[in-house]
Amino acid sequence: MQIALFIIFGLLAVAGALNLLFQRHPINSALSLIVVMMSLAVLYFSLGAEFLAAAQVIVYAGAIMVLFLFVVMLLNAGEEERTHGSKSAYIAGVPGAAAVFCLLSFVFLKNKAALGTTQLGGYLNNAVSNLTDISHSLFTNLLLPFEVTSILILVAILGAVVLARKEL
Amino acid sequence: MVPIAYYLILAAVLFCIGIAAFLIKRNVITIFMSIELMLNAVNLTFVAFAHMWHQVAGQIFVFFVMVVAAAEAAVGLAIIIALFRVRQTLNVDQINLLKN
Repeated sequence: MQIALFIIFGLLAVAGALNLLFQRHPINSALSLIVVMMSLAVLYFSLGAEFLAAAQVIVYAGAIMVLFLFVVMLLNAGEEERTHGSKSAYIAGVPGAAAVFCLLSFVFLKNKAALGTTQLGGYLNNAVSNLTDISHSLFTNLLLPFEVTSILILVAILGAVVLARKEL
Repeated sequence: MVPIAYYLILAAVLFCIGIAAFLIKRNVITIFMSIELMLNAVNLTFVAFAHMWHQVAGQIFVFFVMVVAAAEAAVGLAIIIALFRVRQTLNVDQINLLKN
């Protein structure tokens, strides 16, 4: 069951990411990024992170990507053109990314037995829900960082309003 | 029963596609999207490790990453709008005021 979920949504995520890479138009890239985020939400769910799965759909796919699409349409962004700079990025970037991937997957596969396996639905079998667990430590031990993020969001709102003003 | 290593390798695949997109893409909005893709890949790693250690600390980290990503997206897109107003382009090759 879980291996089927992992294969289907893992392949969907990789296909969406590759589509982001190969599409020329920003709207198509944004829509394929939404596919990646939705499949990652399913994978979070299968790992027992129900709250994060919901937050991924609501915050990432619902809020951030809508903001992206809004800006793409506001600026009327067309297809990007290939230039000389992107040729050199192909030559340097693709082997570099492949090298990083080979290193990471070598380390992960080498320690595959030590890392263990997953169980569907996560680890919380003792009648405490994922949301209860997260909110308990978020509102007791981590209350100060949680409140500081509200200041961060406030600063971000003010910064966005100031930066996007007509007369800058 | 999926090995944790497979989840980590999936995250590595997504992260490396994000790196490649960051370097290859020329549109500044798409470059910003590839940063979001890399953040998502790292989030998957955090959730997989939280599952492995039977603790919610990793999930709380992901929560804070989401908050920061939302703030970053708002400010970054405002900067892109301001940049577009001045330069009338989204191509990063033509935004080279500090070059030379």
